[in-house]
Amino acid sequence: MTQTPIIELKNLNKTFGTGEEAVVALDDINISIYPGEIFGIIGLSGAGKSTLVRCMNLLERPTAGSVIFDGTDITSLSDKALRNIRRSIGMIFQSFNLLMQRTALDNVCFPLEIAGVPKKEAKARAKELLKTVGLADKEKAYPAQLSGGQKQRVAIARALATNPKVILCDEATSALDPTTTQSILALLKELNQRLGVTIVIITHEMKVIEQICNRVAIIDKSHIEEMGPVDEVFRHPRTQAAKKLIFPSGDVVEEVTGYGKLLRLVFDGNAANRPIIANMVLKCGSPVNIVFADTKRIDDKIYGHMIVQLPENEEKVRQILTYLDMEEIAYEEEEYDVQ
Amino acid sequence: MFSEGMFSLMGTGLLETLYMTVVSTVMAYLIGLPVGMILVVTDKEGIRPNPTINRIVGSIVNLLRSVPFIILLVAVMPVTRFIAGTTIGSTATVVPLVIAAAPFVARMVESSAKEVDRGVIEASLSMGASTLEVVLKVIIPEAKPSLIVGAAIATTTILGYSAMSGVVGGGGLGDIAIRYGYHRSQTDIMLVMVVILVLLVQIFQEIGNIIARKCDKRIR
Ligand SMILES: Nc1ncnc2c1ncn2[C@@H]1O[C@H](COP(=O)(O)OP(=O)(O)OP(=O)(O)O)[C@@H](O)[C@H]1O
Ligand SMILES: [Mg+2]
Repeated sequence: MTQTPIIELKNLNKTFGTGEEAVVALDDINISIYPGEIFGIIGLSGAGKSTLVRCMNLLERPTAGSVIFDGTDITSLSDKALRNIRRSIGMIFQSFNLLMQRTALDNVCFPLEIAGVPKKEAKARAKELLKTVGLADKEKAYPAQLSGGQKQRVAIARALATNPKVILCDEATSALDPTTTQSILALLKELNQRLGVTIVIITHEMKVIEQICNRVAIIDKSHIEEMGPVDEVFRHPRTQAAKKLIFPSGDVVEEVTGYGKLLRLVFDGNAANRPIIANMVLKCGSPVNIVFADTKRIDDKIYGHMIVQLPENEEKVRQILTYLDMEEIAYEEEEYDVQ
Repeated sequence: MFSEGMFSLMGTGLLETLYMTVVSTVMAYLIGLPVGMILVVTDKEGIRPNPTINRIVGSIVNLLRSVPFIILLVAVMPVTRFIAGTTIGSTATVVPLVIAAAPFVARMVESSAKEVDRGVIEASLSMGASTLEVVLKVIIPEAKPSLIVGAAIATTTILGYSAMSGVVGGGGLGDIAIRYGYHRSQTDIMLVMVVILVLLVQIFQEIGNIIARKCDKRIR
């Protein structure tokens, strides 16, 4: 990309505590996020996701490295200048973090008050924003009177109030049910397209990344393991950490016996209406052992992955691989210890 | 024994007690609220951790709180005379009451403020709020119900202290109870004073609870 990044993390390191008790939460992180994209960061619990996103607006001060926002290294700014920059970076949270003693409308007014916007103007803008997130009728409701999804909508309206260039989302949908999650993600996507606001999404759920992100970074044990366009990373995960996240669960179909190679087949919707495995067995005249499968049929297309154990006969293996290439099914060899 | 004179004496006592309690509570909050906020903000989990300030302020608060009121009452008499010009009567009593209550109030305020969800404070920081804005626009409003209950407790405690000052001629209901009940063995008068004090405590506490409940928006 030739554009300049809106957020750039350079050699970022964060260590909590000192000496014996030191915990390295982030280790040499380098990420560039570009204007207008929806960038996902996925990792298991404790990987350092929250710490990473909190470093982007300096809620957490990195131990080393720089955080460059829109061309400015914000780690060296004065408190006042940093507070100004923070108005250009909205943030939403897993637990919503609304002011419980303020109405929905007054919650949205809050960042405008801080920014010194006159009350009347702030109210008008807040009303507009509540309409944008579909809560025009909830202006006077207090957070305790709202559902989780509605609270998150208020939080989104609040994050948008100061016209930020970026919105950071730390597990914004993790406390919500699947349907509500869908609607919140759809709203974020719509805002991204309509307003051009850059969105950074932290999550431990593949689905969230799949649904709205353009690019993804996989973080594991304080390191960025992989980074790239979502479909590339998901189709060909290279690292163990990525595979664990991308192929989290499924059903073990048959026990592994013998010494045949394990092959992971990835279906990304291109195998429409064809019995791939059955045809493969028939064409190559050799049975395979389906060790593990996690596939879904959507619109007659198959998505997901499957691990098969190949015959020990090299010739048969070659035939099978040729067949898969011909059918354009992505595959890769799998080690024995992983699911 | 409940002559006209006695009624007017009781009326004066009640007014004096209310005067001491209200004035002392207000002044104790003028000092205790900011001090409590300093304790919260400079705490190591606070938004501006400052161990030095936190330890110094915390020690002063603890020191004052560990002196029994009855001793404080006598010990600060020079200060009282300097400020109020006398050491007897209800205005003079306000001085030791404030000195005793302000640190107590500071701790009450601190504990209420610590109940405010850390996430909400972080959210406001992420929006660019300054420390002062977080205190004034987030911590105090969000802790309001708890602060009000705390204020009711503080008021009733100060009411109790004010009665204690009767020992040194501090005025108010406690003074009457001690003068008539103790020095002149008129137990019935003492009893009446005690009943009035108990009722006052109940009333203050109940009013506090009602206001706190009314203004708490966390309840549907
Ligand atoms: N304030 C802190 N003090 C000490 N250690 C911390 C602190 N915050 C985070 N850590 C540690 O840093 C590591 C990364 O934590 P972080 O919260 O960033 O993980 P996460 O990926 O967001 O996990 P989750 O999905 O559970 O939220 C963990 O080992 C955690 O214990
Ligand atoms: Mg987290």
